[in-house]
Amino acid sequence: MPFPAFRPFLKLFILSVLFAFLPGAAPAQENPYFVAYDHFLEEPGNLEIEYFSTFGTQRGSNDFHAYWMEFEYGATAWWTTEFYLDGQTTFGDSTLFTGLRWENRFRVLKREHFINPVLYVEYERKSGADKILKEGEGHDVESDFLTPNAEARREHINEIELKLILSSNFKGWNFTENTLAAKDLSNSPWEFGYAIGASRPLALKASPKRCSFCRQNFIAGAELYGGLGDRHSFGLHDTSHYFAPVVAWNLPSDWTLRLSAGFGLNDNSHRFLLRWGVSREIAGFGSIVSRLFGGRR
Amino acid sequence: MRKYLLAIVATVALVCASPALPQRDTATTRKYDKDALVYAELAKAPQKARAKRNPLEKYPDAVAAGRILFEQHCTECHGDLVEGGKKGPSLRVEEVQNVEPGAIFWILTNGVVWRGMPVWSKLPEPQRWQLVTYIKSLGVAEGTPLSTPSPKSPSHAATEPPSPPR
Repeated sequence: MPFPAFRPFLKLFILSVLFAFLPGAAPAQENPYFVAYDHFLEEPGNLEIEYFSTFGTQRGSNDFHAYWMEFEYGATAWWTTEFYLDGQTTFGDSTLFTGLRWENRFRVLKREHFINPVLYVEYERKSGADKILKEGEGHDVESDFLTPNAEARREHINEIELKLILSSNFKGWNFTENTLAAKDLSNSPWEFGYAIGASRPLALKASPKRCSFCRQNFIAGAELYGGLGDRHSFGLHDTSHYFAPVVAWNLPSDWTLRLSAGFGLNDNSHRFLLRWGVSREIAGFGSIVSRLFGGRR
Repeated sequence: MRKYLLAIVATVALVCASPALPQRDTATTRKYDKDALVYAELAKAPQKARAKRNPLEKYPDAVAAGRILFEQHCTECHGDLVEGGKKGPSLRVEEVQNVEPGAIFWILTNGVVWRGMPVWSKLPEPQRWQLVTYIKSLGVAEGTPLSTPSPKSPSHAATEPPSPPR
């Protein structure tokens, strides 16, 4: 095995893929966003296993491929919790595990409104070599990624990230706006960021037949995200921003495929980010685990 | 490796403690009480929502499409026969079948979040109406435990779910 540090991640990935083939999957109606969040939470008791990749170009150094696994569980109808594992390969350098995240989303209001707020709280424990670009924050810029992996991995970051997600549905469209505040638990200032997204299924009515290529199975849209500086220098200077068309294909065979081509909007941004993802939702995962521990059959 | 073990233990503990899990107290009366509380949510639908007409009521394909949507998103809780499952109540009872379609649409849109039913507004409006059309096509099941005995509504007299072509 050429990359010993990658071994735990690979094992978890293989286990997760095997686990995704468990019976009891539920066809999902997933949004196509990679960075932005809407107000829809995981159905209670369901587990969604997701794998995402980001290929990024890098000026002044080698391109990279970063990836992460997500385990998203609907604890209740108003609370979704997620566990992430992420890693990256920098071409011509090395492959390494870069950290883990624990994310929670809480629905604030009991009913659906024109604007639906969701609170997001995340803890991240990652190394400085993290490249998944799951959000734009602070003064993160492309040149931060020039540090070789062997050096970057020595930096350890413990971070708390808070988001206010405001999402609306209107005539089949979803519009969402996320405001982000992140704090490295060392002596660093609060950093800020944003993500906005819009998406719509290609057809609003469902087909009376089961089909893979029906238009309602495809959801297309776009997202825009980037950093907004930090507490000491708030604003757009020395920040990176991306625009990305996105598409999701919700297959009747319970899988969801996502694809996104992101374009950097200024000189501080990576020129191009190609993202793709595959996920599967396991219905009644909570009940399966409960039965394993002697719960009701 | 210890970190991973801790993370796995924490995840299992979370899942076991989750309110989404079936409760160990499985007394039938307790489930019926819970179901009754869910049915009571239908009464909370505002008049404006109740008055909404189902725009797909007359579309012949709406029942077939609604059935597929129901199988995809709802049977996990409400059961394959729509007569109640581990988490959700039967929808083939008078409380549901005799209510205005707009009230069911309102519940689908808003969920009953504190009682475990998620918001389904992620399905576009026409799909929610297709679901309503399917649910209303089912009629009251015989021997429904929650309803007091009363004559079947003529418009919802069917006792078997329709089987549209797949």
